[in-house]
Amino acid sequence: MTAPGAEPAARPGPGADERPPKPRPAPVPDADSAPYWSAALEGRLVVQHCPACGAYQLYPRDRCLACRGPVDWVEASGRGTVYSFTVIRQNYARPFRDWIPYVVALVDLAEGPRLMTNVVGCEPDDVHIGMAVRATFAAVSEQAGIALFEPDR
Amino acid sequence: MSAARPRRAVIAGVATSDYPLLPHLSEHAVHGQAADRALADAGLTFADVDGLATTGFFPMYATGVAEYLGLHPLYLDETNIGGASFEVLVEHAAHAVEAGAAEVVLVTYGSVQLSQMGRRLGTGGGGGAGFAPGPAIYDALWGNTLVGCYALAARRHMHQFATTAEQLAAVAVTMRQHAATNPQAQEREPLTVADVVSSRLVADPLHKLDCCVISDGGAACVVTTAERAADLAKPPVYVLGAAHATTHHLNVSASADLTVSPAAQCGPVAFARAGITPADVDVAQLYDSFTITVVLTVEDLGFCAKGEGGAFVEDGGLGLGGRLPTNTDGGGLSACHPGMRGMFLIVEAVRQLRGEGGATQVPDARIAVAHGTGGMLSTGATVVLGREIP
Repeated sequence: MTAPGAEPAARPGPGADERPPKPRPAPVPDADSAPYWSAALEGRLVVQHCPACGAYQLYPRDRCLACRGPVDWVEASGRGTVYSFTVIRQNYARPFRDWIPYVVALVDLAEGPRLMTNVVGCEPDDVHIGMAVRATFAAVSEQAGIALFEPDR
Repeated sequence: MSAARPRRAVIAGVATSDYPLLPHLSEHAVHGQAADRALADAGLTFADVDGLATTGFFPMYATGVAEYLGLHPLYLDETNIGGASFEVLVEHAAHAVEAGAAEVVLVTYGSVQLSQMGRRLGTGGGGGAGFAPGPAIYDALWGNTLVGCYALAARRHMHQFATTAEQLAAVAVTMRQHAATNPQAQEREPLTVADVVSSRLVADPLHKLDCCVISDGGAACVVTTAERAADLAKPPVYVLGAAHATTHHLNVSASADLTVSPAAQCGPVAFARAGITPADVDVAQLYDSFTITVVLTVEDLGFCAKGEGGAFVEDGGLGLGGRLPTNTDGGGLSACHPGMRGMFLIVEAVRQLRGEGGATQVPDARIAVAHGTGGMLSTGATVVLGREIP
């Protein structure tokens, strides 16, 4: 599997350097995002929900984008569909160049919000728009986990 | 631009610097070369300039260019919305001269992207989060690239509208045909649709030849009033109307619909302000960072319906004698793309309206549109130019 999870993939030969594999980048939680990253560290995907107007949203903000009211956090189903995707075949930056080829996708969650992720657990050529996917989690720091997605078979 | 406009903004001078490879020039010297030539084109000197508009990748950028050029302008603008910036700088400069805040605004661009940074601009990092704090992190963790952002749009457009790789490729082929007549162009060898779709994939479905070149280069224009331009060297070109818009910043996940660019918002506003419709446009200079950028732009500016951009651009639709002659200098796909190409769009539009288009002159071009696209399909800015006021 070339698609990246928590463990850095082995570096390929061409273009490889002598440095140790670089881990996945980890977000630095801030006041808006800390609940999002810490939930993923526990294996939960959470989204923001507006008690006043009922809207769901990502990414995390201090207000509801629909009605500007305060928002709560709720646990999402973790299920979604691929809105669009690309297979990255050139990226000079580490660690990404060690993953090539890999899938970057925009996933529409069942609850509505859209997020960017990597689709893992299948060959890049098997990914398609409309594909059902579900969240799988990886810890990337002591404060943060991230939600990757895999085929929802 | 208000309905009553006693002072009318015009572009009195334009120029490009040398391009596409300038290892012997500093970034600021590229500004200087383009500025020298644009002022000479107008029949003006630095002593006439009381406003400066430019932008780059550092804060207080315009201040630095003013210092380098020895200018002490009373009007300074460095609005940065990525590749669309220079359309906004011209829009703002037009406002300034029409309001009497400045008399002669020099708008300059300079970049030595190729010599200093190499060819990694589009595939060098995490989709741009390397240079922005805060929410940019949400799309930065996945190894997406600048090319990948446009690839996501292209894939979705293909899915919704059955747009084909060959239709996207047709944009690159037409730009190359135009570049073949431009002795400065970075790439001039003939190109076929088969060449494009068989070039290696950078980020599916975008191939290497769906992506713009990476260049050194600069360009400049001089914005003043029709009154001031009346006795200058070249016929003035009117800034008829302009507008700009944004849909998201570096997070393409924050775009509600990746098949619709900000041009859908600002294009109709700019046309209304100019008092024209898309059917009135004789020649277009459209930001072509990628082939998909052009397909989205022709739809969103109203040259065809949403979803019909693929059919619009194929079979020479963007060529001379085609549905909308576009990027008559060869565009960013073949001629020159130093990172923020918007100034080149203005320069080529003005040349067409003056009849200085050379081998790719559109006969009797009266109205031109320049449209810049910035960021990750994040921003758009439209400027409508004309030989006379409609």
